Amino acid sequence: MSAPNDAGAAAVAAAENVADRIEAEREHLTDLDSAIGDADHGGNMARGWQAAAEAVAGLDNPTVEAVVKTAGKTLLSEVGGASGPLYGGSLVFASAELSDGLTAESAVAFAETYLEKVQDRGDAKVGDKTMVDALVPAVHTFKKSVETDDLPPVDALAKAVAAAENGVAFTVPIRAAKGRASYLGWRSVGHQDPGATSTLYIIEELLATAADHLNQEIPSVDADSPTIPEGEASGE
Amino acid sequence: MKKLINDAETVVDEMLDGMVAAYPDTVRRLPDTQVLVRDGAPVDDKVAVVSGGGSGHEPTHAGYLGEGMLDGAAAGEVFTSPTADELEAMVDACDSGAGVLLVIKNYEGDVMNFETAGEMVEMEGTEVAEVVVDDDVAVEDSLYTSGRRGVCGTILVHKAAGAKAAEGADLDEVQRVAQKVVDNVGTMGMALTSCVTPEKGEPTFDLGEDEIELGIGIHGEPGVERTEAMSADEITEELTEAVLDDLELDAGQEVVTIVNGMGGTPQMELFVVNRRLQELLGERNIETWDAWVGDYMTSLDMAGCSITICAVDEELKSLLDAPAETPALTVR
Repeated sequence: MSAPNDAGAAAVAAAENVADRIEAEREHLTDLDSAIGDADHGGNMARGWQAAAEAVAGLDNPTVEAVVKTAGKTLLSEVGGASGPLYGGSLVFASAELSDGLTAESAVAFAETYLEKVQDRGDAKVGDKTMVDALVPAVHTFKKSVETDDLPPVDALAKAVAAAENGVAFTVPIRAAKGRASYLGWRSVGHQDPGATSTLYIIEELLATAADHLNQEIPSVDADSPTIPEGEASGE
Repeated sequence: MKKLINDAETVVDEMLDGMVAAYPDTVRRLPDTQVLVRDGAPVDDKVAVVSGGGSGHEPTHAGYLGEGMLDGAAAGEVFTSPTADELEAMVDACDSGAGVLLVIKNYEGDVMNFETAGEMVEMEGTEVAEVVVDDDVAVEDSLYTSGRRGVCGTILVHKAAGAKAAEGADLDEVQRVAQKVVDNVGTMGMALTSCVTPEKGEPTFDLGEDEIELGIGIHGEPGVERTEAMSADEITEELTEAVLDDLELDAGQEVVTIVNGMGGTPQMELFVVNRRLQELLGERNIETWDAWVGDYMTSLDMAGCSITICAVDEELKSLLDAPAETPALTVR
């Protein structure tokens, strides 16, 4: 995509953009979480990303790996609960994929490792009504767009955002099988998952930052269908 | 609701400073963390046994720091898991190079933060192993958690693993005995009243004057059955039978029992429960090798109790009988 240091500056900007977006959506995320969780997702995530943006802004040598790792470590210590390890811990581990800088290939490897860590840690599948419902289609669409369809990064990210939007919509009608919402059983039906929603916001801000960084318009795209590889969905 | 606190925001911090002031020869606090470690940690050539979890369960966890039990205890906010970076700091402070056993209670946030911390220290070359305690027989196949919760049986894990580590055993052996306790222990609890968290300041759940809740966890989360108040004997029978049904013990089996107070119940009542518990075990020809009664893992000011039963063999008996010198538990 660009030279490593340049990419590092973009990564710092991405963290700031995510922090601003999550702050703007703070109440919305908390409302979603009060319906089916413990009403702390908005506040926890906003506090965590604000601290992460401040931490990466203070880095002496903001390589993209250092930015991502620092953001992850800050989320781990500030967000707490299960979201800290899921959002922050996964960033820390996946940051190693960016040690040689940011390319389309390393971005795919990063996204796949991030997803793998989230699924591993949360033990969640597509259909459990969690962040995984947004993340799996986004990551698989991004990978396919880069590797198979040979799309440039911004177009590939735009496809991933569309796929994540589908994933968020998919969480509304289903019953939660993981996380606190699973305590509610059938009462979780009809509510949008807050984790999938915040995950969508993060990917949207990555797209906006990349488009800004590369001086490109955000293309309008439709998600390919199906966006979830066979065998990923959980059986009923 | 009246509480003896200054500020819900600082209650954990102030509690930890107060503990250190009470036991200056036994525990110390890692700077800038909510982690307490035993004085002298890391202990040369010894496997470290560490634990942690939300605050509000005192004397769990830091009360079990010391000779023959825990090397480190991380305190999260009230009923909230410690963060992974605090757990990482705890492991780093306790590891002598012989490895570290993480004793984790099966709650989602605890498991995720401990596992994240474990992977991070492994990347730095520290050897870690874990056991996940899931002794609460009330919630199997329930909507309320994924898998069974880890509750008061954890204290026996701390005791056995701590004793094994004190003997100089290696990490595999310490993990093995910890898992042996996990495989042989069951617990069920009940509430007479709700707890009141410092932050919320009012009862977490409403329980009528003549209602009790069976199968409660240690965070004021719902139990499995709400029922009208019963006598101590009837409650003891309900809890004991639930645990025994799960453990499926043979006649003649030796056990350790714990009647654990939830924080708001007088010792008088715990002993009344223990009396009936021992009668019930006797009727089934199950032999109590040791009976513990007291507040071991509490839920703030909740009134109620839990009953823990652990089947023991010669090895576990000798480990549970080994010396321990901690603020909350002393064995000589």
